[in-house]
Amino acid sequence: MFAIAAGGTQYRFDALKTLLAKASPLRAGDALAGVAAANATERVAAQMALADLPLKRFLTDAIIPYETDEVTRLIIDGHDAQAFSAVASLTVGEFRDWLLSEDAGTAALTALAPGLMPEMVAAVSKLCRNQDLIAIAAKCNVVTRFRGTLGLPGRLSARLQPNHPTDDSKGILASTIDGLLLGSGDAVIGINPASDSPERCHELLSLLDDLRQRLEVPTQTCVLTHVTTAIGLMERGAPVDLVFQSIGGTEALNRSFAVDLATLRESHDAARSLKRGTVGDNVMYFETGQGSALSANAHHGCDQQTLEARAYAVARVFAPLLVNTVVGLIGPEYLRDGKEIIRAGLEDHFCGKLLGLPMGCDVCYTNHAAADQDDMDTLLTLLTAAGVTYIMGVPGADDVMLNYQSTSFHDLLYARTLFDRKPAPEFEAWLVRMGLADAHGRMRDESGRDESGRTKSLPAPFAALLKS
Amino acid sequence: MSDAWTHLRAHTSARIGLPRAGNAVTTREHLAFQMAHAQAQDAVHDALDVESFLAGLRRRDLPALAVRSVAHDRATYLKRPDLGRTLSDSGHALLQTLPPNPADLAIVIADGLSARAVKRHALALLDMLLPVLQQEQWTLAPIVVVEQGRVAIGDDIGAALNAAIVAVLIGERPGLSSPDSLGVYLTWAPRGGLTDGERNCISNIRPEGLSYGNAAARMMFLLTEARRRKLTGVMLKDETLALAVLPASS
Repeated sequence: MFAIAAGGTQYRFDALKTLLAKASPLRAGDALAGVAAANATERVAAQMALADLPLKRFLTDAIIPYETDEVTRLIIDGHDAQAFSAVASLTVGEFRDWLLSEDAGTAALTALAPGLMPEMVAAVSKLCRNQDLIAIAAKCNVVTRFRGTLGLPGRLSARLQPNHPTDDSKGILASTIDGLLLGSGDAVIGINPASDSPERCHELLSLLDDLRQRLEVPTQTCVLTHVTTAIGLMERGAPVDLVFQSIGGTEALNRSFAVDLATLRESHDAARSLKRGTVGDNVMYFETGQGSALSANAHHGCDQQTLEARAYAVARVFAPLLVNTVVGLIGPEYLRDGKEIIRAGLEDHFCGKLLGLPMGCDVCYTNHAAADQDDMDTLLTLLTAAGVTYIMGVPGADDVMLNYQSTSFHDLLYARTLFDRKPAPEFEAWLVRMGLADAHGRMRDESGRDESGRTKSLPAPFAALLKS
Repeated sequence: MSDAWTHLRAHTSARIGLPRAGNAVTTREHLAFQMAHAQAQDAVHDALDVESFLAGLRRRDLPALAVRSVAHDRATYLKRPDLGRTLSDSGHALLQTLPPNPADLAIVIADGLSARAVKRHALALLDMLLPVLQQEQWTLAPIVVVEQGRVAIGDDIGAALNAAIVAVLIGERPGLSSPDSLGVYLTWAPRGGLTDGERNCISNIRPEGLSYGNAAARMMFLLTEARRRKLTGVMLKDETLALAVLPASS
């Protein structure tokens, strides 16, 4: 039981998960779940009570029982007490102050990450304003490697997402070429397949692998199919660089995705044994998103942001190359409008980075949410300031397969230029080598007409891809 | 203007090769996007003209009635999916007045997230489907039109109508290039408490996507199999995978 007197009223919170939920900034999904604060005053009272809570309390008070949830067991059994000792004496409120202080530099935060539990970072995020989420995340540095090096300071990468409603090979190639010409794809070239058929996924993997080899692109490819499909494809010798899976912060949610920790371990071992990486062996790609647990009725009365942070605890034991929150895809019953999507995107990036993950964000929205391109520009700009590892690159921001809007290849150029962020170094060198970027890293304009008004043709290596 | 991109655009509706203004796209492309988003947003907020829709059903000699969910307006509907799944008391009462004859199939038509999709495509799809149902001697419950409805509201309606299967025709979440896409959800033995894993879905029904004829053919296949095997959902889907992955343009 947690109690606090504020504004002349006594507030009581029966359990830690209740305190966390009521301290969470307002969002539709928590209201839908019936766990949100009753009003603005109760919310701030909960934040005040949370600020006084010792971080140590999270070590002994599990919000979902240890006995019945393997994610809780993973979090508690894997906790690094020595790393935690740097902040072990602090309350959640003092932890925020410390994170904002000069004592919490990049090295200190990197050393601390294994000592942090997801509930601790979720808790402190609830006491942070957006600028705190940005300022603290910007001090984190997480580097991962496969064929390229992601997450270095001063870099911003992108997943090239060439989805097609019927998985048409030439349609996918067309979008991939467009993205590469605009400097996208250093994080991964990754297709969400329209079909779950293993045969079609195998064909798509071969299509991307062939393109990568013919153009000698220093990147990795992925077909975002279920982990068990990927395991089967690896057994059949398909060119699997990265294993993809959607994950969540409770065992029940992961079961609704038809996945558990044992299956993830199996896929991780299988992908590493292929030794396809050239500069590193981070082989996993995870996607997450606030609200998925409630959507699967697997939330245990917890708020959606805390459960999202617990998904990162699942991710980090597999040393992933990439993790991103698909922040606005879930719809307005979880994140109502641009304000809620922006806040959630910053929270997710902050929590992922503090826990030591290479955190990206699918800056996105659906057409039934009260959000638009202006909101996406705002979130993209804030996340770039916060040092987001990667964003998505979708032709014209319009995903014609998943029917939602994400960031475009052009949005990536905007963010890189405004903040002077470069692509991954291997990919940056490739862009110059291919003549796609000039010596200053500026992307040449391959669309439309040249200076003398002639229509442009594709650079030869790209045109050749379409001939066969 | 013919350039390298014209050839590539033949293969995808994705917005590729956009002309640039600096790092951004040109005004023309920017506004084309804004228009597409405006149409998609308006499609979400459009109301279904129930009276004229019922008139269209009556012209076809189809008994039909209209009900509402307990989500009383669009804002509530978007915020509370649970309310969009719940039939209003007056809707329940109206269904109670019908003769309780068992039916092979109940057809429920709900606005969902795009009333525009229902307005444009639902009757055209029925025109392809109903002659075949009639020919194969399916008995139909009266058609129920739902305002502010989600897929699962069909479970209560199908149960009230004593139907073996319920088919919910519903406006799908509008995409930027597809503000009027109709979806169909088939559920065996409709009743409360079912999950989406117990349904079969046919998506993207519109002239630029899955044609009415192909959608009706796929519906008939699934309905026939559902009746024969007494189930819908994942078990049925697995065996019809080859059909499920037919390109939307076919």
